[in-house]
Amino acid sequence: MDQLLNDFSPGLFFMQAIILLILILLMRKFAWKPILNSLQDREEGIQGALDAAEEAKKEMQNLKSDNERILNEARAERDGMLKEARQLKDNMIADAKSEAQAEADKIVAQAQATIASEKKAAIAELKNQVAGLSVEIAEKVVRNELANKDKQLELVESMLGEVTLN
Amino acid sequence: MKVFQRSLKYATIVLLMLTGSVVCASSGDEQHKSVGNPIDTKEEINAYIKHHLQDSHDFTFYTNGETGTHYGFPLPVILWDGGIKAFMSSKFHHGETVAESGGSYYKLYHGKVYKTDAAGTITLDDHHHPTNEKPLDFSITKSVVGMLFAGVLMLLLFSALARGYKKGPIPSGFARVLEPLVIYVRDEIAKPNIGEQKYRKYMGFLLTVFFFIWILNLLGLTPLGFNVTGNIAVTVCLALFTFFIVQFSGNKDYWKHIFWMPGVPIPMKIILMPIEVLGILTKPFSLLIRLFANITAGHFVVMSLIGLMILLKAQFGPVGSTGISLILTLFISVIEILVAFLQAFIFTMLSSLFIGMAVAEHDHH
Amino acid sequence: MYNLIGAGLIVIGGGIGLGQIGGKAMEGIARQPEAAGKIQTAMIIIGALLEGLAFGALILGK
Repeated sequence: MDQLLNDFSPGLFFMQAIILLILILLMRKFAWKPILNSLQDREEGIQGALDAAEEAKKEMQNLKSDNERILNEARAERDGMLKEARQLKDNMIADAKSEAQAEADKIVAQAQATIASEKKAAIAELKNQVAGLSVEIAEKVVRNELANKDKQLELVESMLGEVTLN
Repeated sequence: MKVFQRSLKYATIVLLMLTGSVVCASSGDEQHKSVGNPIDTKEEINAYIKHHLQDSHDFTFYTNGETGTHYGFPLPVILWDGGIKAFMSSKFHHGETVAESGGSYYKLYHGKVYKTDAAGTITLDDHHHPTNEKPLDFSITKSVVGMLFAGVLMLLLFSALARGYKKGPIPSGFARVLEPLVIYVRDEIAKPNIGEQKYRKYMGFLLTVFFFIWILNLLGLTPLGFNVTGNIAVTVCLALFTFFIVQFSGNKDYWKHIFWMPGVPIPMKIILMPIEVLGILTKPFSLLIRLFANITAGHFVVMSLIGLMILLKAQFGPVGSTGISLILTLFISVIEILVAFLQAFIFTMLSSLFIGMAVAEHDHH
Repeated sequence: MYNLIGAGLIVIGGGIGLGQIGGKAMEGIARQPEAAGKIQTAMIIIGALLEGLAFGALILGK
């Protein structure tokens, strides 16, 4: 301790204090302040860039999910449209079929009606012709048979017996 | 080409380290008492080491023991003795003659300036301490030169780093080495100990002190023979700076914890008060003693190992003793490089720890 | 003479203390290698405090 106190130089202490004080002030002004400020700026810049990248990534994710959603919607829409179209087609076919059926039925019915009426007309004509024929025949027979009166009568009677009118 | 340059650089560093030992060894021949009688006894080596550990008024690189001539340059001496007395230290002739300035006579005795009569008589007391009057010595001594050198070096290096940021966010060249150190002090020393909000105010002091001590510690390992941080006046000054900064930044809680410790019974508070007050003083005291003792011890060990070269010459011959001394000195020098950083780190670390204690917010009671 | 005995005692005490600090720090690092940095810093600080104490005693006793 004695030795130390003896070695202690007040002058050196004083010089050191002044030098250190000046050095601290100078270094603060010319070195530490700009250095620390730049470091902080840089770190903040890096942090900002990282944040921005994170943000962009998130946005990207959002965009991607949006896309996915839109795509899904589009797919669903397409499916719906396809389904609708198919249904429409089916409906149309069914409609057409039933229309055709109805038309066909109608035509058949008409044909049948026509056939029936033709048949009636034909039968009526046949009846008329038969009646005419029978009148003609009867005339001929009557002419022949009129010569022979007995025979005439007999013939008329047998003929009439034969012909049955329906 | 680049590889060649790099290996050249390494070679230069190694060479510098080697010449460090060699120059120190050759300056082991220095002596300032009599001519033609090189240092070769234990006592003389001890005295030489003691001389080295002290501050010096001139810058001696080498002394030729045969002729007694010193190779170096004198430094200005500035004394306050009822007025400023300034002259070059060459007037002392390394303590061999009396220097006269303004009608007073001064003599250099064991590295200190004493006021004497014209004949230069120094009277000693029982403890071999001179009883002569000591003028206040504001000389530009070797330590002051070292400090100025460190200061200028720091200003040049770090203002270059600061200017580098104007050109771009990433520094180039040597500044790239300095930047991580600044970040290291900020992130590993200041921020964890002082706190994220308050550390900014103290960065100027902490950074300056860290690099100042580190550069001076390393300067002490060069063959120039500086011993700045191993000088008690320097470490006292550094520790006093910390002391005042801690006391002036102490908040209400800090003082309350010293004078009226909360959360303990009253008798305990009274007992704790003087202990805490003592603690205020022992903290900077341990700071200054640690730095002083570590660096002094380092220099002492290195120089003693160099001294082995002379002492072992009789047993191992000149080559053997030089080899032993060289290997041991190299080994210790490498450890001292680590210590140089460690002591700067610890001084800054503990300073910021003390500052952190003073500014801490206690919200738990 | 007494000074030297005192210095020896201080060195013994300091050595034991430093050994304890270093050993426990090593154990801690071995147990939790990821906390090595923090343990090292704490170890250096406590070592420095102890060193300051020992040096203080040595110099006061000198």
